[in-house]
Amino acid sequence: MTPLAWVDAALTTARPQAIGALLRYFRDLDTAEEAFQDACLRALKTWPQQGPPRDPAAWLIMVGRNVALDSMRRRAKQVALPDEQTLSDTDDAETATVERLDDSHYRDDILRLLFICCHPDVPVVQQIALALRIVCGLSVAQIARAFLVGPSAMEQRITRAKARIAKTAVPFEAPGAAERAERLAAVAAMIYLLFNEGYSARGSEAGSRAPLAGEAIRLIRLLLRLFPAEPEIMGLAALMLLQEARAGSRFDPEGEIVLLEDQDRNRWDKAGIAEGLALIDKAMRHKRPGPYQVQAAIAALHARAATPQDTDWTQIDLLYANLERLQPSAIVTLNRAVAVNKVRGPNDALAMVEPLNERLAGYFYFHGLRGALLEQLGRHDDARESFARAIALANTPAEAAHIRHHLDRLSASPRPAVGTEK
Amino acid sequence: MLYAILCYHQEDVVQSWSKEKHDQTMANLAKVTDKLMKQRRLGPVARLLPTTAAATLRKDQEPPLVIDGPFAETKEQLLGFFIVDCQSLDAAIETSRELARANMGGSYEIRPVAQLDAGVLPP
Repeated sequence: MTPLAWVDAALTTARPQAIGALLRYFRDLDTAEEAFQDACLRALKTWPQQGPPRDPAAWLIMVGRNVALDSMRRRAKQVALPDEQTLSDTDDAETATVERLDDSHYRDDILRLLFICCHPDVPVVQQIALALRIVCGLSVAQIARAFLVGPSAMEQRITRAKARIAKTAVPFEAPGAAERAERLAAVAAMIYLLFNEGYSARGSEAGSRAPLAGEAIRLIRLLLRLFPAEPEIMGLAALMLLQEARAGSRFDPEGEIVLLEDQDRNRWDKAGIAEGLALIDKAMRHKRPGPYQVQAAIAALHARAATPQDTDWTQIDLLYANLERLQPSAIVTLNRAVAVNKVRGPNDALAMVEPLNERLAGYFYFHGLRGALLEQLGRHDDARESFARAIALANTPAEAAHIRHHLDRLSASPRPAVGTEK
Repeated sequence: MLYAILCYHQEDVVQSWSKEKHDQTMANLAKVTDKLMKQRRLGPVARLLPTTAAATLRKDQEPPLVIDGPFAETKEQLLGFFIVDCQSLDAAIETSRELARANMGGSYEIRPVAQLDAGVLPP
C-alpha cells in the first residue's frame, strides 16, 4: 500500500466514530464535519512522517476538537492560532481521550449520527444522500453520479436536508433502551434503502450505482459490530450479503435479467453466502423473529440450494406466510404466490394473485407474474394482455426485454413458462 | 518445526479496501504461498469470516453460555492463518516478512505448532 493509501483507509474507517463524537461535543453537524476535515488535513501532513497514531479515531477527535475550539476562540477574541507544532503534539492527550471514549459512548455517537440522517421530514433519497456524504464520506460528485443527477443539484439537496435537520433538536442525551431500539430500526431501514438503491438499479446503470450496495454493507457491518446481539440487525446483514452475493449473476452480458433459476450458481460469491448463512443461523437462535430475519431465511434457502430443483419451496411458502403476518403487504403476498405456484400449482397461485389487482395494478412484477401463471394455465390471450401491461410498466430496458421473451415464446409455441425474477 | 502465522488486522480497515486493492493483495499473497508450496513447506491456510459472524461459547458456567461476537473485543482481529514448515524462528520470521510485504498493515503472530492433525476434510 502506498503511504497515502493507508492514511486514506484509516480516515475512512475512523470517520463515523470521529464525526459522531465531534457532533456530541459541538451539537452542530457543520461544525463537526469541518472539525473532522481539519483534523484529516493535519493527519495527511503528520501521519506519513510519524506513522499512524495508536487510535486514529481518538487522534482525529482530539485534534478536530482543538482546531474547532481554537477557531471559535479566535473568532471571539481575534487572537492568533497556536502554531502547528503545539496542535500536532497530541500524544499524551490522545491517551487521555481514549480513556474517556468508553464503548457505550461511541456506540451511541455513531447511532446518533446515522439516526439524524433518517429524519422523518427529510425525503428518503435525501436521507440516503446525507448518510453517504456525512457518515461514509463520499464526495458530492460521487453521490450525484450514483443518483444520476448533476453535482450542483445534489449539493442543493444535501444542503436542504441539513438545513431541515438543523431546525430540529437533535437528542444528545444517551438514549434509553426503547429509544435506542427505535433509532436502530430507523437506521436499519435507511441502510436497507441505500442497499436497494445500489442493488435494484443494476443493468443499464450498473457501474455508477453499484458502490451504494457496498457502502450499505459497510454500514450494516458497522452497526453489527456496535450491536452484536440484535437478531434483526444480523438478519438485515444476512439479507444484504446473500442478495449481494448473487448480484453479479442477475444480468447477462447484454444487461438482460437472468432469472434466479437460470443463474449460474457457480458465479455466486461463496464468501458472501457463507457470511450471510452464518449470520442468519446466529439470528434464529435468539427466537425473536422479525421481517429482516424472515427475508434473510428465504434468501438463505435459495442460497443453500445447489440447483434450482433443490429449492425448498414448501419452507419458502411457510416463511412468506410468516412475513405476511409480521409485515402484511401486497408485495409479500405476490412473492408468496411464486412459492405457492411451485408447491401447489398455478391455480392456487393465481387465486392468491388476483385479489391484489387493485393495489398492484401499477406494478411491473404483478403483471409479469400474473401473465406467467395464465400462460402456465394455457390462457394465452389473458397472458398476452398481462405481459403487455407489464412491458408498459417496466422500469428498465432489461425488464421489458425479459417480458418480450415471454411474449415471443407465446406466439412461437404454447410450452409452459417459468416464474418471475425475484 | 511447524509454525502458525496468525494474521491480525483491523477488520473494518480491511473491509474498506476497494475491490482492486483486495484482489491485488490476494494475488500478492498467492505468489508467496505458491513459492511455499513449491518448497513443500505450506500446510493448511484459512481465511476467517468477519468477527461479526462469530459466536462464542463461554465454558466457565454450566450449561455454557453462547454469546454473539468474538471471544475478545480487540483493536485488531484474527482474520486467518497459515501453517508453514520452518527450520527455525528466524526462518518463520523471514516467511512472515515476505507475507507482510504482500499484505501491508496489521500484525502476524508467529506461533509454533505443538500438534497438527490432518483431519478428513478435502481442501
